[in-house]
Amino acid sequence: MPMIQSHEIFKIFGNKPERGVERLRSGATRDDLRKDGLTPAVMDASFDVGEGEIFVVMGLSGSGKSTLIRMVNGLLMPTAGSMSVAGEDITRLRGKDLRRVRREKVSMVFQHFALLPHRTVGENAAYGLKVQGLNRSEREKKADVALQLVGLEGWGGSLPGELSGGMRQRVGLARALAAETDVMLMDEAFSALDPLIRREMQDQLVDLQHQLGKTILFITHDLNEAMRLGDRIAMMRDGRIVQIGTTEQILNDPANDYVAQFVQDVDRTRVLTASAIMEAPVALLGSEQGPRAAHRLLRENQLSSLMVVGRDKTLHGIVHEHEVAEAVQQGTDDLDGVLRSATTVRLDTTLSDLISAAAESPAALAVVDEHGKLRGVVPRVTLLNALGDPTTVVEHVGPEQKVMA
Amino acid sequence: MSVPTSQFEETGVPRVPVGDGIEAVFDWVNENLGAFFDLVSDAVSGATETLADVLNAPTPLILVVLFAALAWLVKNWKFGVVSFIGLAFIISVDQWENAMTTLALVLVATVIALVIAVPLGLAAARSDSVSNAVRPVMDLMQTMPAFVWLVPMVTLFSIGVGPGVVATIIFALPPGVRLTELGIRQVDAEVVEAGHAFGSSPGQILRGIQLPLALPTIMAGVNQVIMLALSMAVIAGLVGAGGLGGAVTSSISQLDIGLGFEAGLSVVALAIYLDRTTAAVGGGAATRARRISGALGRILGRSGTTAAPVPAGSRT
Repeated sequence: MPMIQSHEIFKIFGNKPERGVERLRSGATRDDLRKDGLTPAVMDASFDVGEGEIFVVMGLSGSGKSTLIRMVNGLLMPTAGSMSVAGEDITRLRGKDLRRVRREKVSMVFQHFALLPHRTVGENAAYGLKVQGLNRSEREKKADVALQLVGLEGWGGSLPGELSGGMRQRVGLARALAAETDVMLMDEAFSALDPLIRREMQDQLVDLQHQLGKTILFITHDLNEAMRLGDRIAMMRDGRIVQIGTTEQILNDPANDYVAQFVQDVDRTRVLTASAIMEAPVALLGSEQGPRAAHRLLRENQLSSLMVVGRDKTLHGIVHEHEVAEAVQQGTDDLDGVLRSATTVRLDTTLSDLISAAAESPAALAVVDEHGKLRGVVPRVTLLNALGDPTTVVEHVGPEQKVMA
Repeated sequence: MSVPTSQFEETGVPRVPVGDGIEAVFDWVNENLGAFFDLVSDAVSGATETLADVLNAPTPLILVVLFAALAWLVKNWKFGVVSFIGLAFIISVDQWENAMTTLALVLVATVIALVIAVPLGLAAARSDSVSNAVRPVMDLMQTMPAFVWLVPMVTLFSIGVGPGVVATIIFALPPGVRLTELGIRQVDAEVVEAGHAFGSSPGQILRGIQLPLALPTIMAGVNQVIMLALSMAVIAGLVGAGGLGGAVTSSISQLDIGLGFEAGLSVVALAIYLDRTTAAVGGGAATRARRISGALGRILGRSGTTAAPVPAGSRT
């Protein structure tokens, strides 16, 4: 069951906003409603966020993303539609019940940090716990743990005004983590930070997410940030979600011109990963096979090298054509003399890192998962293609499609 | 008041009997609620006179030293010295007793004004309709010439300290309301939102976020209330409220230049003392609260964290 479930959510500002929903459903445009003094901020937004997922909502200012995130914890109530968080239907809750959900289920990190200037870093980090009614010593213990997680150990006694912007947002993050909610909402959380610090915080957030398994809804106007953080991304424009997909889906298969225009400036080498461009190997050599079999496979497929794998697809290494030919001439029966170590990369290695790996390796790169199993290969030509013309990037190539080399 | 029938012919604008109407209202109030106003009058004049007696009980010089010490505490030793000289001057011109009577009147009026003003300001900050309703009333109270308030007060409370205090409250109230509203409205909306996002109740947000962050502005309002109360307290001498105002009034009726200036300069000395003291308390309140809570945290070491390498007194 998804942690956040947004179903046909509408938010319209103005007098008697309900009347706008029906009109929008029956095809009225945003401008039609504006003439009547209604301002539709979010229209027909549906999405699910799975447990432990980082879901990024990306859009420019005025696209309705800030309104959308505020409906997840009920800071704004939707005009129509339903919104559930961790199994609680936010749209039906009021007052006390809503506050309970905010205390226990969903915390938030703000663009301009929103710290209390008259309270210490430790007290700020413990704010949610104080509201939850924990006693002082428990609050301080948990706040300390949270500060440690974000790398602010020892700063608990300082005032926010004494900290730099990046450190202040770490306090904001610690405050959300300390509340120990399953869901975290992050509203342009890194947008006010300078680029280097922002990068650092993004990496830290990903680390924390791996460590703690939080479900994160992240709002940003920065596509690079969206692609770096997001397991999936929702692109918003003028109050509507125009596409939801993984980074690769959005880059390679933009739903419309708006998205396409948006992604054309993305630095693909930093966003695309090996898993997006790798190919199924044309041929593989079993580790129990000998040089003769290798020689035949190389000739048949016009390859200069072959990956050698075990029965369970564990990568053993690589053999090269000239060495195999020598071994065949000498009449050797096993591969031991010719097996070389292959250059391996991970599924999530970015293109920019693939380039440096490819520079060191004459043969194709082997893409392996965390268990050392071969998942695909990246020949140099494929890598060059991915860098060049986006339309040649393919997600999957069957063995029957030969790679021209 | 007779209505001249010729007015309409002369000006083209009919005579609106505002004065008659207001007079009628006050007459009615006086007749029907007279007992209530007597009670109010007795209460405020009782409080004021008791406080004045307390202030006049010790030897004047001892009190001056105490006041100067307070000035030193909230600001610095220089201001302590200035306060001592200013207040000692009041003794030397033989206006101490009057000054303490006026101070008592100012303090009582200020406390009552704030008890009304701060909640009203909070309500106005929360609701635009309350704000819109309150604003013109505040304008009326503040811009109506101060003397005008004295006449109906005498009607309702007769002569004495009571009408003086009530007129002072009316005159001094508006900045308390306005600056409370302003202070609360100026609190960073995102911080208030953070309070909501973590599940705080409106009361927790008011106590934990809005009031502390609005405190400097609210304290500026308190300072304004005190200063306006002092200026009105002197005018209230006209209706027999006594104190420095009484001395000024009698100097006017006797054309006594000397007494007038002695009392007037005493008002100045008292005003400077009250203004600088409350301004120092207000401006420093937030900073000091932070510093104290921070220092306590460090000393107690309860949080188990070491203090940041920042000088303790640094301002942010």
